[in-house]
Amino acid sequence: MTTDPVIAMPDQWLQMYGQMVRIRAFEEQVNELYTSGKMPGLAHLYIGEEAVAVGTCQALRRDDYITSTHRGHGHCLAKGAAVDRMFAELLGKEPGYCHGKGGSMHIADPETGNLGANAIVGGSTGIAAGAALSAKLRGTDQVAVCFFGDGALGQGLLYEAMNMAALWKLPVIYVCEHNRYGEYTPAGEASAGDPQARPAALGIPTDEVDGQDVREVYAAALRHVARARQGGGPGFLLCHTYRFRGHHVGDINRSYYRSHNEEEQWARERDPIRLLGLGLIQQRMADAAALERIERDVRAEIAAGLEFALAAPYPDPGEVTHHVYA
Amino acid sequence: MSMLSQAPAGAPRAAGRELTFGQAIKEALAEEMRREPRVFIIGEDVAEAGTVFKVLSGLVDEFGRERVIDSPISEAGITGIGVGAAMTGMRPVVDIMFGDFITLAMDQIVNQAAKVHYMSGGKLRVPLVIRTTMGATRRSAAQHSQSLYAWVAHVPGLKVVLPATPADAKGLLKSAIRDDNPVVFFEDKMMYQVKGLVPDGEYTIPLGVADVKRAGTDVTIVATSSMVQVALEAAGRLDGTGISAEVVDPRTLLPLDAETLIASAQKTGRVIVVDEGYQQYGVTAEIASVIAAGAFDSLDAPVARMGAMNVPVPFSPVLEDQTVPTAEAVATVAMRLCGRA
Repeated sequence: MTTDPVIAMPDQWLQMYGQMVRIRAFEEQVNELYTSGKMPGLAHLYIGEEAVAVGTCQALRRDDYITSTHRGHGHCLAKGAAVDRMFAELLGKEPGYCHGKGGSMHIADPETGNLGANAIVGGSTGIAAGAALSAKLRGTDQVAVCFFGDGALGQGLLYEAMNMAALWKLPVIYVCEHNRYGEYTPAGEASAGDPQARPAALGIPTDEVDGQDVREVYAAALRHVARARQGGGPGFLLCHTYRFRGHHVGDINRSYYRSHNEEEQWARERDPIRLLGLGLIQQRMADAAALERIERDVRAEIAAGLEFALAAPYPDPGEVTHHVYA
Repeated sequence: MSMLSQAPAGAPRAAGRELTFGQAIKEALAEEMRREPRVFIIGEDVAEAGTVFKVLSGLVDEFGRERVIDSPISEAGITGIGVGAAMTGMRPVVDIMFGDFITLAMDQIVNQAAKVHYMSGGKLRVPLVIRTTMGATRRSAAQHSQSLYAWVAHVPGLKVVLPATPADAKGLLKSAIRDDNPVVFFEDKMMYQVKGLVPDGEYTIPLGVADVKRAGTDVTIVATSSMVQVALEAAGRLDGTGISAEVVDPRTLLPLDAETLIASAQKTGRVIVVDEGYQQYGVTAEIASVIAAGAFDSLDAPVARMGAMNVPVPFSPVLEDQTVPTAEAVATVAMRLCGRA
């Protein structure tokens, strides 16, 4: 665990708090949209893991890159995507980030450096290294962050990409969101040994943090980003976190792979939003009223974004053949 | 012997030099790398070794190891890196040594490269070229001999190029590098030493324009890549029997120049499609169907298909040589179509 001092100013922590609340409220609304039959497709919720996306992206510049996963709403929002256009994409509407062609699992937003969520587990681990190689060849100091879950630890592409990133000192940071379950299978049944030993064997510096504590995630991400930006090569950040909900919204009966008690305990004791809120109050960086104000503002933003998306038009049917080729 | 029956569009017809297919590929890469600093090459043994086929020999001396990057043996990884680099402003050329090995990179080709532009609603582009090889008859057996371009051509969002002459290889590769889409470029490894006339000066050949390699009136032989030379030999044999064969090379499978293929079929009334990929569910089926639909009223016989046998490519020369269409076999089918056998 890191022992770094807290290195952000109060307004930055409040910003991160607001960003986590935004992701939580967005996803609660996604759950509602899905269960009420208004949203087509699939929904994989990020609730409980907000500190990983927010702590990491807070350490990035707008022109840095991220690649994301099938559980990607949190990453997109943390990197700066707007709520209204994300809702529109989830509903398959024209003003959505991808004009309704990507949906929940494929939101991309080059304006904020988001190279896309990816529905193939581990599928973006090479793309992130490629973005890092590109930054190096173009002589910029951009970095790329590759988010992936513990499920991707079983995908060979991850190791091919990390090997090349290490050989060529590419500015890419592999952020493992270890939420303990790959779909419906406990991580212990799917990956052997210590996840950190794998990048360590390639000579990649690794860090292990409490992924429920955004302060720890942010501090570690800052170190890895700074090193990568200065030419120090790749990093690996193992974030221990927890998926509060099911693999996807329809995964309701979960007792065959994890207990109700375990879920309750995480929600009660390890909620990243609550942990930061309490910490800020204890350190007198904010009072309860300030946090409530943030939440109220975010809820208003979510409601407005949803209203926008529900009222937005679907794409013209003729759009179906556009963008097959550039 | 010149394999070039027509100078490419925009090329000076008279001037030209004899180059091998491999030299033409290298010249295209060198010219594009000089013209555009964002072009780089990544692949296994591409730098000092110049690839296992020596096609890139010397490029690293001019462009350095930053732009001619030797990679580990990681086909999926280098393809993914190519996709990511292409999405962020570079124009990578990924070298996959043997076409058989695209299997290892299929997720990156099919689910990533081909989909990024569409899934992002047109916001992201993947100007990526994957150069790889194809073709049997090198006694390399089943894992180094396949022609798997039909796999790639099945997927929307990709372009697929099959050059058959040094001049085509150069002009098509330059277009592929300048294209804003992922292009998979299949080179016949048996052809690297074949010489042909390559125009002097700057030229490109657009993707999606077929080439009539030989004009004729009685039967059309549509032939791809390695089979173009086979078709031209068959046409030569048919000359002796009084059958005038036209040889049409689509040059690119995606996009496919259906118009030129259909026009030739309408002219001759009889068509054979010859290709080195496996015949089952293969390129010949797609092309035969396009021609049948477009030229039905002009056809005097069903379109004939000749592809590789539906067996893994065997090692023994006695066995392997049976598996791909030969000029003799093509001529025999043409005679039958024309009612001479």
